[in-house]
Amino acid sequence: MRYEAPSSLEQAVGLLAAATGDARVLAGGTDLLVQMRTDILNPELVVDIKHIPELREVKEEAGGFRIGAAVTGAELKEHPRLKSVWPGIVEAANLIGSTQIQGRATMGGNLCNGSPAADSVPALIAAGAKASVVGSHGRREIAVEDVMLAPRKLALAKGEIIASFLLPAKVKGSADAYLRFIPRTEMDIAVVGCGIALTVDANGAVSRARVALGAVAARPLLVEEAARALLGSKLEDAALNKLDAAAGAACKPIDDKRGTKEYRIKVAGVLARRAAAIAYERARKA
Amino acid sequence: MQEKVKDGPSSEFQVVGTRPVRPDGADKVTGRAKFGADFSLPGQLVGKVLRSPHPHARIKSIDASAALKLPGVKAVVCRDDFLEQSSEFIPAGEMMINYRDVVRNVMAREKALYEGHAVAAVAATSAVIAKEALNLIKVDYEVLPHVIDVVEAMRPGAPLLHEDMFTAGVEPAPKAPSNVAKRLEIGHGDMAAGFKQADVVVERAFTTKPVHQGYIEPHACIASVSEDGQADVWVSTQGHWVVRAHCARLLGWDIGKVRVTAAEIGGGFGGKTVVYLEPIALALSKKARRPVKMVMTREEVFKASGPTSGAHVRVKIGARQDGRIVAAEAELKYQAGAFAGSPVQPGAMCAYAPYDIENVKVVGYDVVTNRPKVAAYRAPGGPISEFAVESVIDEIAGRIGMDPIELRLKNAAKQGTKAAYGPKFGPIGMVETLEAAKAHAHWRTPLGKHQGRGVASGFWFNIGGETSVSLSLNEDGTLSLTAGTPDIGGLRASLCMMAAEELGVPLDKIRVQIGDTGQLGYNFLTGGSRSTFSSGMATVEAARDVMKEACKRASKLWELPEDAVEYSNGGVRPAGPNAGKHAPMTLKEIAGIAGKTGGPIVGYARINAAGAAPSLATHIADVEVDPETGKVSVIRYTAIQDAGRAIHPSYVEGQYQGGVAQGIGWALNEEYIYGDDGKLQNPGFLDYRVPVASDLPMIDTVIVEVPNPRHPYGVRGVGETPIVPPMAAIANAVADATGVRFTDLPMSPPRVLKALDEARAKGTAKL
Amino acid sequence: MAKHHITATVNGDPVEFLCEPQETLLDALRDQLHLTGTKEGCSTGDCGACSVTVDDRLVCSCLMLGVEADGKSISTIEGMAQGDELHPLQQKFLEHAALQCGICTPGFLVAAKALLDKKPDPTETEVRYWLAGNLCRCTGYDKIVRAVLDAAAELRGA
Repeated sequence: MRYEAPSSLEQAVGLLAAATGDARVLAGGTDLLVQMRTDILNPELVVDIKHIPELREVKEEAGGFRIGAAVTGAELKEHPRLKSVWPGIVEAANLIGSTQIQGRATMGGNLCNGSPAADSVPALIAAGAKASVVGSHGRREIAVEDVMLAPRKLALAKGEIIASFLLPAKVKGSADAYLRFIPRTEMDIAVVGCGIALTVDANGAVSRARVALGAVAARPLLVEEAARALLGSKLEDAALNKLDAAAGAACKPIDDKRGTKEYRIKVAGVLARRAAAIAYERARKA
Repeated sequence: MQEKVKDGPSSEFQVVGTRPVRPDGADKVTGRAKFGADFSLPGQLVGKVLRSPHPHARIKSIDASAALKLPGVKAVVCRDDFLEQSSEFIPAGEMMINYRDVVRNVMAREKALYEGHAVAAVAATSAVIAKEALNLIKVDYEVLPHVIDVVEAMRPGAPLLHEDMFTAGVEPAPKAPSNVAKRLEIGHGDMAAGFKQADVVVERAFTTKPVHQGYIEPHACIASVSEDGQADVWVSTQGHWVVRAHCARLLGWDIGKVRVTAAEIGGGFGGKTVVYLEPIALALSKKARRPVKMVMTREEVFKASGPTSGAHVRVKIGARQDGRIVAAEAELKYQAGAFAGSPVQPGAMCAYAPYDIENVKVVGYDVVTNRPKVAAYRAPGGPISEFAVESVIDEIAGRIGMDPIELRLKNAAKQGTKAAYGPKFGPIGMVETLEAAKAHAHWRTPLGKHQGRGVASGFWFNIGGETSVSLSLNEDGTLSLTAGTPDIGGLRASLCMMAAEELGVPLDKIRVQIGDTGQLGYNFLTGGSRSTFSSGMATVEAARDVMKEACKRASKLWELPEDAVEYSNGGVRPAGPNAGKHAPMTLKEIAGIAGKTGGPIVGYARINAAGAAPSLATHIADVEVDPETGKVSVIRYTAIQDAGRAIHPSYVEGQYQGGVAQGIGWALNEEYIYGDDGKLQNPGFLDYRVPVASDLPMIDTVIVEVPNPRHPYGVRGVGETPIVPPMAAIANAVADATGVRFTDLPMSPPRVLKALDEARAKGTAKL
Repeated sequence: MAKHHITATVNGDPVEFLCEPQETLLDALRDQLHLTGTKEGCSTGDCGACSVTVDDRLVCSCLMLGVEADGKSISTIEGMAQGDELHPLQQKFLEHAALQCGICTPGFLVAAKALLDKKPDPTETEVRYWLAGNLCRCTGYDKIVRAVLDAAAELRGA
């Protein structure tokens, strides 16, 4: 195995594009090293992207935030402004694993690991985040919900790296929330994850909504039907019931060692209601 | 009976009952203490095991020639390197094992009997090369159908693990082999007559899944065999004399040639009372002529070291309206894994042991399946059977409208009660723990929304066993105490305290160590809650030996008869009519004259400690259930248990709290998850879910003391009983909160939600 | 396989070691630097026994490559005591009997110190959630949490 630590995106892209065997990006390493240790992966080349400044910064841009793909969850939490503007995203990133994991794990890695249960992804999707992808052919923007196609399968070409995520400018009266269900209180992979971002108008009615679900299909889902259920509502029971049903209907879950199909469908609806309530409360104060 | 709740050190002792810092503590908080994987020897090789990918397969041939040719590979071993063993049952902790099975579990012979079963091993100059070498070993498997469920394994026509397994304990003996290793039955009275007297009869079926001891330290050892056949092993183990015996036996070596040193041990709970890597490391080292270090990965720990049984249990209890239990029956089907030896016997013995029941019958079956061989896990067998019994007792209390503590008090075993498994009890603390529970503030605290409360009792018998201790009086009056039962959680502190109490010397004048197998007579392993009891008893005897010898030396000096000198206040003085004739001598001064009065002063004890007494407990658990997700949170827990005498109360409390945490994990989230392919799907701490710090509340403890009259300080073993009540306490609390009784563990959220929804449809749910 | 030459600071001392690219920081600490206080419990980041701090950040050393340590400042359990004076956390763990077998103790101490360095006055809940990545199978966490809270109080008062 070869280890390289380039200091520019160009170098990193070049290394990955030129690789003949299996080449992997190393950000936090909290998934990659586990897979190497358990013989799921045996890369010939590992490209450490943590020495590339753009990937390690959080900048305010166009009224929003540009978050480097290799910024850790712990660093996101310590950023002076990010948590108050996007609490759902920061909380989601800090639910991954443990304190030790959050000290290393990045949202770029969380997305590119290609697990439908990744915690930060539904929150990014709900926020309308865009991934900035850099490859040998240049740079392109792609909505986060379009990055993952199936477990371990990404819409990225060989040599392409996610450099950063752009969070849009926050409109007044907007807020986000992320909840997940796990059997213990910490340390588990999400059985269901739900990210919701709402904009609430001066009358307290929802004017914009995005609802995303994780761990209930082959990839994290943007559930438009669920968002529509909330539009124009003040989260009355009827709206919440529709939200619950839409969330459940969007699920195409599996039975596995973490949950059954029927359980995931039920809990998706429960979490959607609860996350919506939190986002709504936050939005009314924002 | 007067309540004997401990709330502070007793006035009759100076040291016993206080809370000094443990003598091995500094090394443990600085990282200096050496555990199994922390040892290294010059020139050491890395040993790795090749494991069967199939749950059941005949091994037709093993060809290691390509592996041996790989540069860096120094030795390969397989079944041919271990001696065939005839069938012989021996005690190992509280279980019985058979060497014929031990040698096969260490290294598969005719068949691979579970995914992960060791088939061969290599020693190489690096881990990378060792791993590569494993891939070069060609094993020709004939894959066979497998069976992993205990009920499936009992069916006629189920895949057969052992062609020569004919169920023992059945008359007449079966003509055809099966997967049922034995049937046992205990009890007394007349069941039919008993149930006739009952006003209420409850019969329920329960299932539990296999759970692992979950020690944080994987198995690790380093073995070194020299050209003259002297062998050394450093290993984290609960019993190094047992390791020595097993290794010598499997390899055909003299026991005396093998010396085993116990490293610090990072958790055992029964799982490190058997051998896995040690005989392999020794065999490799002998061939390679270099030390071989072997450490299991976490995946190997789960796939190839013993969990405890999963089980099917049926319980039927009859009671009168006045609360008297008139008849109690149970049928236990325990899974042993690939070889016979589940803890169904102790499970059967414990099931009804907390109670005085006139008509009681327990039948047990030991069943083999294609899973790793089970090993002892903290009160082996007890938590399973007592979970079922304590749940049904709770249901009976509900049916007759009696408080569950009252019901237990009405039927509690006491001194003189004849247990279902035979003996009559000496003094025991069942009533005392129940009374303490009843009086505890926890029992009276109001509950909130979606919350429930459960109570359950528990029993474990505890053992004694062979123990040797040596206590040397050093030239400057300090003492060196060598014991032989590995310290798994504070033993050295307790031994030091008992020696200091006896001798009347300050604690820091005694240095205690766990000696290797060359330094002491035989010591049976740390298990069965025996180390404080047995090594403590031996320490006291050795201390009294020193005291007696000190008197004898002074008597020589003072020219008095031996019995005219007494030991008092950390020294010796003339007694009786000679009192005052000579100034007392301190132990230090005695040490100064040792040489000229006969030689070194060393106290020895070599005993088979008898008189171990049971420890009873009653636990109270509060839970909160999320009605929409089925998630159960434990919000309050109180563990009340009889310790006989708590030598070091902090470590007694620690045993209570640790056992409770394991029991909660067993109740709520821990289980082995297998696919239909017979392969383990969760061999890691991510999906094998032990409780984490945020899952648990503070665990309150109450130490009750009903002294054991057969121990010099009244000690009862306490380590195992704490894991027995939690599963039922939690299940009873969940039933209280939800109106739904759970008979299948673990009570993970999907199962709870499903059962809640079914109960809601029937109108029987409380939330 | 070519080894990398790594220069770092460990417990305040400059160190150099060679390691292969796929070796973890945990392997390097234990096998190259002979600092065996940091333990291997699972190698998948689920138990916390391998906890160290890297540039004051609490991490699992089993999830970092040894080569990533180049230029970094690493603190392990061996650096916690000051001379022969134990850190208040170490002292409180002993006084509260917050360890039984002791295998998880180095990881807990490193993790707890990282908490108190950041947050000198944590609540019980904050302590439990911070330490959720450290598994203990012996104690049920009760005495560990008490020891951390007591050490925090002492550090605040001192």
